[in-house]
Amino acid sequence: MAQWPFIIAAYACTITGTLVLAGWSYMRMRASEARVATLREDKGS
Amino acid sequence: MHVFANPTRFLTIARPLTPWLFWGGLLLTAAGMLTGLFRSPEDYLQGDLVRIMYVHVPTAWLGMGGWTGILIASVMQLVWRHPLAGIAARAIAAPGALFTALCLVTGSIWGRPAWGTWWIWDGRLTSMLVLLFLYLGFMALAAASDERASIGRIAAVFGVVGAVNLPIIHYSVTWWNSLHQPQSITLSGSAIDSAMLWPLGLSTLGFTLLFGGIVLLRMRAIIADIRIEARLRRMAQG
Repeated sequence: MAQWPFIIAAYACTITGTLVLAGWSYMRMRASEARVATLREDKGS
Repeated sequence: MHVFANPTRFLTIARPLTPWLFWGGLLLTAAGMLTGLFRSPEDYLQGDLVRIMYVHVPTAWLGMGGWTGILIASVMQLVWRHPLAGIAARAIAAPGALFTALCLVTGSIWGRPAWGTWWIWDGRLTSMLVLLFLYLGFMALAAASDERASIGRIAAVFGVVGAVNLPIIHYSVTWWNSLHQPQSITLSGSAIDSAMLWPLGLSTLGFTLLFGGIVLLRMRAIIADIRIEARLRRMAQG
């Protein structure tokens, strides 16, 4: 049985899963902190 | 730990720390994976298949490490009512669940050519699957809590009780000896050759830093959401 397709599949799953979670967490943090900043500016004006 | 009880003080540390953990983790993970794929030697028995170890072991470590974090946060919430404990537990849950799922998936992919089967109800595999269900249960209980800054008493107790599964996972390969290999790294030493051990250490360290970076990103998002809710409530009250 060829081994490399299994190795590539394991790495692809890990890389995809990790990058999707990291990207989602980053976007969520940016959106939430930007909203806090907007509300702070609204209060200030 | 109460020094960090103030979210503003926590953020002054978390903001500069996040990119260091995130990018440092990404760099070390990439280095560990590339070394594992192209530089480390084949195993005398498994051949190239052993290269799956460089992603499988770190994900297993983080799946269990994530629940250890939830256990600590749950105890801190139940005993000291630490304001950041609930936020930390919420932030850890999704990455912990993801890495547990990745451990099961990569293990299954490894098992097919090595054992001849995608899955077996072996002690290690079953207890890791239970850990994934525990994560999903914890996330559901935490989401059911009214307060975003806390995970609720039931979720915190669940976080403590669920930790019983951690020693079961750890000792499963000793108690029920089946297809999964016994522990290769113990306190007394390692059965893994150093040519394979250092890329594994590099990959594990990289994934751990990345996990920390993701948890900080999620904690910052939750703190920001709490502030938005509080501000909107104050605005609604006039």
